[in-house]
Amino acid sequence: MTKHEQVKNFSRRTLLKAGGALVVSIGAPLTFDTAHAADSATAVATKPPLMPDQLSSYITVNADGTVSAYFGKMDMGQGLSVAIKQMIAEELDVPYANMKIFIGDTDTSLNQGGASGSTGVQEGGKQMRMAAAEARRVLVDMAAEKLGVPAGQLTVKDGVVSATGDASKKTSYADLIGGKFFNVHLDWNGKYGNPLYAPGKAKPKDPKDYTIVGKPIPRDDIAGKVFAQADFAMDIKVSGMVHGRMIRPAIAGAVPVKVDESSIKGIPGAKVVWDKGFLGVVADREWDAIKAARALKVEWSNASPPFPDQPALYDHIRKAPTRKRDVGKHIGDVDAAFKTAAKVIEAEYEWPFQSHARMGPGCALVDFKDGHATCWSGTQKSHFVQMGVAAILGIPKEQVHVIWTTGPGSYGRSDADDAAADAAVLAKAVGKPVRVQYMRDQGTAWDPKAPASIHTARAALDAAGNVIAYDYLSKGFSRVDVDTNGSQPRDTLAGQDLGVALKSGDGFGFPGDSYGFANKRTAWETIAPLLDRASPLRTAHMRDPVGPQIHFASESFIDELAAALKVDPVEFRLRYVRDPRDIAVIKAAAEKSGWQSRPSPRNDQRGDKVSGRGIAYVQRGPTRVAVVAEVDVDRSTGKIWARKFTVAHDCGQIINPNGLHHAIENNIVQATSRTLWEEVKFDKRNVTSVDWRTYPILDMTEAPAEIDIVMINHPEIAPTGAGEAASRPVPGAIANAVFDATGVRIRRAPLTPDYVKAALI
Amino acid sequence: MSKQFTLNVNGVDRTVEADPDTPLLYVLRDDLGLNNPHFGCGLGQCGACTVHLDGKPTHSCRRPIAAVGDKKVVTLAGLGTPEHPHPLQTAYVQEQVPQCAYCINGWIMNAAAFLRDNKKPTDEQIRTALTHIKCRCGTHMAILRAVKRAAAMMG
Repeated sequence: MTKHEQVKNFSRRTLLKAGGALVVSIGAPLTFDTAHAADSATAVATKPPLMPDQLSSYITVNADGTVSAYFGKMDMGQGLSVAIKQMIAEELDVPYANMKIFIGDTDTSLNQGGASGSTGVQEGGKQMRMAAAEARRVLVDMAAEKLGVPAGQLTVKDGVVSATGDASKKTSYADLIGGKFFNVHLDWNGKYGNPLYAPGKAKPKDPKDYTIVGKPIPRDDIAGKVFAQADFAMDIKVSGMVHGRMIRPAIAGAVPVKVDESSIKGIPGAKVVWDKGFLGVVADREWDAIKAARALKVEWSNASPPFPDQPALYDHIRKAPTRKRDVGKHIGDVDAAFKTAAKVIEAEYEWPFQSHARMGPGCALVDFKDGHATCWSGTQKSHFVQMGVAAILGIPKEQVHVIWTTGPGSYGRSDADDAAADAAVLAKAVGKPVRVQYMRDQGTAWDPKAPASIHTARAALDAAGNVIAYDYLSKGFSRVDVDTNGSQPRDTLAGQDLGVALKSGDGFGFPGDSYGFANKRTAWETIAPLLDRASPLRTAHMRDPVGPQIHFASESFIDELAAALKVDPVEFRLRYVRDPRDIAVIKAAAEKSGWQSRPSPRNDQRGDKVSGRGIAYVQRGPTRVAVVAEVDVDRSTGKIWARKFTVAHDCGQIINPNGLHHAIENNIVQATSRTLWEEVKFDKRNVTSVDWRTYPILDMTEAPAEIDIVMINHPEIAPTGAGEAASRPVPGAIANAVFDATGVRIRRAPLTPDYVKAALI
Repeated sequence: MSKQFTLNVNGVDRTVEADPDTPLLYVLRDDLGLNNPHFGCGLGQCGACTVHLDGKPTHSCRRPIAAVGDKKVVTLAGLGTPEHPHPLQTAYVQEQVPQCAYCINGWIMNAAAFLRDNKKPTDEQIRTALTHIKCRCGTHMAILRAVKRAAAMMG
């Protein structure tokens, strides 16, 4: 059996067979009897349609009693699949080991939004929990009828339903429904994506009865990767497949005007695919495709260099016309309060473009024949890629099957969706399955970027040193210049290369905090992209979209206020923070770190090697995080070592402390990398960050010595996102610690040695 | 022009036809079905393609097949198996190291060679030895824990 068949046959029907289920061909014609049964029974042999209002769309019980879950959000390596299995096993009262989960296949799962905004547990888990609770209710009702015992007198343990006090009267989930499908309607809210919600009649368990949720169950996908047995999207091969590579212009915005196919005629099987701005090559062998992409002679249009000089970036943002302004919150009357101020403090902060720079550049495989397409992709959002590939190919989305396969790192709207669209165009053009993978320069220079921005903050103080007004404004490129997914050609490079006009969206964000200033205004403004077509500086979501930049500024500024008033930074925050859970994380982080109360900066160190500590705290939706950073700064080189972090994290109910611990730790390290090193470089012609030398990230010698994590558990509060929240306080905490150590406030990221050294002089 | 090459990969002689300038990475992945070494940069900067050549960690993305010769090639799949794991593989599972795991060839293959040659390394020695390997997901802390755990297992 080839890999292709293994993957392609990964259907519900096969899975039921594998589980020893009653085998009923899904495509078999219904007889009068089965049709009649399907109308009324809660268990049916024929699978109901894959719709959000059908319980069978989420959960089935196999003949051997194992339970399969079908999930429309992707696990990008943070253990989400384990958490979801725990939540379902808990509600169903089946052993965790009996759970299986199948993720992101458009043939077997619903569009639950994909990996999106840290909602895997918050939204996806919520739905799966409700579905599992309903499945248990239905199964207990079925058992009641079978055993002749009222449902209220039945207990369930490990998938066995028995009469309370009379264990001889029993049946099992496997006996009740194993191998058949639920035929149970749910109360669907009519929405797809993240807000999809379809509860049944059942109420979920009381958290005090949990035995599986909250346990540190390890991930089960790691061994396969460590022993080289698991496939990534990059590793899928199908018969007759050819390799594709894309060719991007040296000057962003240029399009090919002449392509000399004879320049690659010596390369076996090499073919050019050229349509308007779209230019790629294919070849039977991968190395030949790479050689052809390099050798192809192309004459490009005479495009004007579209970008400002990099040093002028922040001036450009300052001066650019505002395209959209959004005042998120205006409490009191900020302008009036400023007129009464005894003192005004203000500051401006700058954040660069950043790249996802995934370890593996974008890759996808598309097989298109007889009007049907199959796409293997490591995207965060397979159901949206289904729409995008369908649109590119001009076929209904029902004729596109996207098989999600794990990919190389995923931190938002990366180049994964661009690769799927490119592969679709190439596959259609050459009539063969095409696997396309970008080269490193394309993965770094041409992926969607986190937006660059400036942030201005002002505070009005009265004569007693109280903050009487606070005014915060972010201005930058939009977080949705291209959208969060590739469902529309206009949001992919292929679509734009083929002439679909960009429809640049507007979005940024507000600081997440509960500072109770009497007069408070937070706002954002977006500006137009630098290039409106197939731009390597198109901006989109990257891990905790706009969170690191907004809170680098907002939490640095709070620290500036504390310093100006000569108040300890923790104490200053506690004066104004209103939310009890916010107060709890700040206190927990401070206490665990051994925080000594005093104002910053220290001012007691001499010599080149100095140390300091800083705090930052944030909300991210309903999740709260406080971080204390302890840094060493070498004044002679400007180099910062973020030596220790103490993190207090509250995301409500903790499903799996093992997964949560890793999620927090990895957020902290990646955000440290973004704070200290990451900046997309460009010149007037193009992005010049093309590899790991020109886009450096944190290395092993720079990793912290210690990350100490306090996980605050609230079993009674619905679980909320942890996939990104710990990223956003890190830049502010580091900058505040650098100020504490040096007395110098760094207001621009990244805090590279060169920049810091210059600032310290 | 395509030529025939015989490679010893994970203890087995394999014969392939390829252009002499083809990087070993593509031969392993596309001709020999060993998907695990990954393309990360093609520049020898990240480590995702690392294999051992006669025990020495080597960027397979930069090594033409014609320059492999009779050196023994070992990939992550050849380093150990679930039945006979390398201590680093055991430690990686126990410490739940990876997020996406795309980078692990670089870390495990380099750390394996380092631990073979350096018993009881210090934290600083481990960090320095692995400086040039990239992990984008930020799993550095867990990597350090796993390498130290493996070092302890290897005595």
